[in-house]
Amino acid sequence: MKFLVFLEHHGDALEKGGLGALGKAAALGEAVGVVLGEGASALAPGAGAFGASKVFASEDPALAPPLPQPRVDALAALVVQESPDAVLFGASVLSADVAAGLAARLEAGLNWDLTDLEVRDGELVGKRPALGDTVMVDVGWTDAPRLALVRSGALDPVESGGGAEVESFEFETSDFSTLATLVEQTQEESTGPSIEDADVIVAGGRGLGAPDKFTLLEELANALGGAVAATRAVVDAGWYPYATQVGQTGKTVSPKLYIAAGISGAIQHKVGMQGSGTIVAINKDPNAPIFDFCDLGVVGDLHEIVPKLTELVRAQRGS
Amino acid sequence: MKIAVCVKQVPDATVHKKIDPATKRLDRFGEAALNPTDLNAVEEALRIKEAAGGEVVLVSLGPEKAVESLRKALAMGADRAVLVADEGAAGSDLLGTSRALAGALERVEADLVLFGQASSDGDGAVLWAAVADRLRRPLISQAASLEVGDGTITGKRQTEHGYDVISAPLPAVVAVSDAINEPRYPSLKGIMGAKTKPQETISLGDVGVDAGAAGEAGAKTTVLELGPPPSRGDSVKIEDDGSAAQKILDYVVERRLL
Repeated sequence: MKFLVFLEHHGDALEKGGLGALGKAAALGEAVGVVLGEGASALAPGAGAFGASKVFASEDPALAPPLPQPRVDALAALVVQESPDAVLFGASVLSADVAAGLAARLEAGLNWDLTDLEVRDGELVGKRPALGDTVMVDVGWTDAPRLALVRSGALDPVESGGGAEVESFEFETSDFSTLATLVEQTQEESTGPSIEDADVIVAGGRGLGAPDKFTLLEELANALGGAVAATRAVVDAGWYPYATQVGQTGKTVSPKLYIAAGISGAIQHKVGMQGSGTIVAINKDPNAPIFDFCDLGVVGDLHEIVPKLTELVRAQRGS
Repeated sequence: MKIAVCVKQVPDATVHKKIDPATKRLDRFGEAALNPTDLNAVEEALRIKEAAGGEVVLVSLGPEKAVESLRKALAMGADRAVLVADEGAAGSDLLGTSRALAGALERVEADLVLFGQASSDGDGAVLWAAVADRLRRPLISQAASLEVGDGTITGKRQTEHGYDVISAPLPAVVAVSDAINEPRYPSLKGIMGAKTKPQETISLGDVGVDAGAAGEAGAKTTVLELGPPPSRGDSVKIEDDGSAAQKILDYVVERRLL
């Protein structure tokens, strides 16, 4: 089975979501990567280490801004040229728009929010948790190209070594694809890993009591080498940036360890983090719903527990 | 300015949702409501209309009884509704849904097409990009704010990395995030008036979609099997007696997460 994997990049790094999908593709068949936009040629060879046998790259000027429609043109041309059985994407704001535009353009089936992929009796099967992850649905496609968006954090990149051959390719932009233009870009300041990339997430909700209390979480995340996330309620209140919002209208994350501090565990938050490996919850309300879907629940005051835990982690790591 | 808002009827948030094992589709019987984040798109359309004049048209694909849900958005102030209701559309995947909506939108001839954020019944945040491609119009998604200028629209897109300000000429397709506004409540006058606003129910044929191009026949994705989700295993709950931090550390170390 031949896979084409869209490798989104930001700055000078390939995104983890695309690399995770690439590793899965390499495990199931032939994995061909594609990197589009500024810096693509320099980044493309690096995908070899994560399973790509070949990587297509284009730095066409239409691809310079991080906008979806010219990317649909590029991928549509590449799919026609390469005839892959499937095209995989790691979910993001940009990739979801590219995948859906490509589905319409090629009249190709798109399954999204997949947490895994497998080949069963020669057919590609996607795993998709549904209804707030209460049901696991196996999904398929009627024919190629099969398009798939993989939930962020669901597949870890696998470093397998090896190099990839890099090839450039040509495509034509559609008349409407370059009408939308990027006027300005604002990067949010962040130190440490993003919440999509982090193995450990320390998340805070209204139970923190005040915006400055996020410092407690930042210190713990720092000690653990993780990232800080937030609930919709505190993002809406302006306590923490939207980029860190986990839940139905934010990100879906699945780190190895998720520490929820002062988060009640509303369904809207639950759908964004219940795929995490281990969930530790700290909340002073013993009846908080989060205690129904965590692995370790602690009834107590996060303002006392979190700083102590930070000290203990630092001591443990220092020793 | 004519603004079309794509809205969808979904099972009410308070209803326990389940999948019909026979059809492997979401069971859509019972209480229904408008997808909550669609209300943000309706609200934004009303604000643009209030500032610049024009008309707000609701466009939806769904069962005939979806007119009841559309009435709420009419009560908020939308001018009329167009519902594509056709048994042949049941079981549509992204391809059929986007084809039917694009057909209906072409009929409406809007300057601006608005979508709300991902629907609450399992549809991913994918519909607008497919519709924009079919309509061959520029797209701005995940817009946390919008500004309409002379023949242009500018939106602030929220991404994983920050904000992108994107501008596009009209006609355009825009998906708004739920952070963009706080939807208004319908007034009593609005609720009374909604009943007399024009509501048109049309078929797939009316929007130029062949029977084989929508519904299950036009779908290129399939549902193979339903199963239980991976279980979380046993959970432990403790009360802090001063040693909780140590216990968390021990738990995490034991599972080699540090």
